[in-house]
Amino acid sequence: MMSKLTTLSEAISSNIHDGDTIYAAGFTHLIPFAAGHEIIRQGIRNLVLARATPDLIYDQMVAGGCARKVIFSYMGNPGVGSLRFVRSQIEAGTLEWEEYSHFSMISRLQAGATGLPFMPMNPTAAGDLERANPLYRTVTDPYSGDDVVVVPALKPDVAIVHVQRADAQGNAHLWGIIGEQKEAAFASSRVILTAEEIVDEEVIRSDPNRTLIPGFIVNAVCHAPYCAHPSYTQGYYDRDNSFYLQWDEISKTQAAVQSYLDEWVYGVKDRSEYWQKLGVEVHQRLKVDSRPSRVVDYGQY
Amino acid sequence: MSTYSSSELLTINAAHLLRDGDVVFVGVGLPNLACNLARHTHAPNLVMIYEAGVIGAQPARLPLSIGDPTLVSGALSVCSMYDIFAFYLQRGNVDVGFLGGAQIDRYGNINATVIGDYHHPKVRLPGSGGSMEMSAWANRCYILTPHQKRRFPEKVDFRTSAGFLSGKVERDAAKLRGKGPQAIVTDLGILEPDENGELVLTALHPGATPEQARANTGWDLKCASEIRTTKAPSQEELRILREDLDPNGIYLKGGA
Repeated sequence: MMSKLTTLSEAISSNIHDGDTIYAAGFTHLIPFAAGHEIIRQGIRNLVLARATPDLIYDQMVAGGCARKVIFSYMGNPGVGSLRFVRSQIEAGTLEWEEYSHFSMISRLQAGATGLPFMPMNPTAAGDLERANPLYRTVTDPYSGDDVVVVPALKPDVAIVHVQRADAQGNAHLWGIIGEQKEAAFASSRVILTAEEIVDEEVIRSDPNRTLIPGFIVNAVCHAPYCAHPSYTQGYYDRDNSFYLQWDEISKTQAAVQSYLDEWVYGVKDRSEYWQKLGVEVHQRLKVDSRPSRVVDYGQY
Repeated sequence: MSTYSSSELLTINAAHLLRDGDVVFVGVGLPNLACNLARHTHAPNLVMIYEAGVIGAQPARLPLSIGDPTLVSGALSVCSMYDIFAFYLQRGNVDVGFLGGAQIDRYGNINATVIGDYHHPKVRLPGSGGSMEMSAWANRCYILTPHQKRRFPEKVDFRTSAGFLSGKVERDAAKLRGKGPQAIVTDLGILEPDENGELVLTALHPGATPEQARANTGWDLKCASEIRTTKAPSQEELRILREDLDPNGIYLKGGA
């Protein structure tokens, strides 16, 4: 089979186009920041950015002028507070938004990923978000006659998923918090995979239960070590909590955000240069000690 | 008598509400500390679940976000977000949920979404996250908040998650599986729902007065016929919090 290995820059320019709906996956963990930065550098415009938690990656992409709309279920800086840039654009009325609770956002992906038109949920009775967002509907359960709440399938044009390791075909192992990576990949028309390590198919085949994404739904595979910083990759490097705090300061003014983008996005060629620029002190601080799982024996049959 | 911060007071009182064996949907910050304190004292069999999909976490360090890797290492299980909300919360496997919000009203409804009009927000807040589902489906919900008038309006600007709606009759009619907010712990005392679902003052912390609580509540706060006095934080509880759980005082220093 032909390898899908390519550079991140090439993967993005051939798979992401102005106006696309994209889902850069990962709940706090494995957030593909390197891909977000490359999208900003390439000047892609009018994107619809869907993510349960926009996190700093969408704050930066909105600041980089890439987005016309965000779809989310929790718009905060996790562990810190407000997601200042997206928030200020919403308050100013200059950015469209569509909002869900976590479960309804993830149910939209689940419907998209499994080829269903919508997904039912038990009612929560809160009511106001369902009134504010007309894509929430209530239908009658044909069996009990009770109400169920439904949300439509979310089918992004492109999912970007970062993983610990993948082979050249895109068969991917991931572990730790697996939020909505699998659902985002199956729901989307195209999948860009970034990986800390590219491994032989034999490594993937040694632990098939860990393969959440099969290569045949993947369009491009990129070797992108440290792709997730300031998010993290379980077992590889820690979350840079102090950068999340720092961003809270940076994102207070347009000028500081612009100078961040100039230095750390436009000012570097790729993730490798970004990582080197972070410096040894940061590398040391984010190092993690080993804690391997016990080996699983699949048996020889 | 020992001195303690209002954050320590909230955390310790929240821990007292937890029972051994409870399955708790935890948030970061004070709820995380309260659960770990309970686990180290009266509730060693508490099971901590995080909306990121972690079940039975035993964090070795203080988690600074809801998806901290320390929650994963040594956990009982890690699943997808869809699974945590569907198999665990919607299915009815969660005993306790901790909620927070900018506004909590007379009937325990919570606003974590917006101050002002939804479509033309004056102050845009982060939004529901998992709180819309938690308030509906966890057996018991607890809220930790400083006791301030602006946080306790008569009616929330936006109902992100359901308390007792317009009263217990309406919540009962909605047939939600959870029982709704069972206690709101503040730095002055504890509010609990009466038979109509209205929050009333049922307990005061040592030194606090009903007048203080009433003055800092945005509706005409009723007092229970007998107001309890909460147990003051013990030396041992304070030691566990300060030395073992939050040694740098990230969440415990100062106010809540």
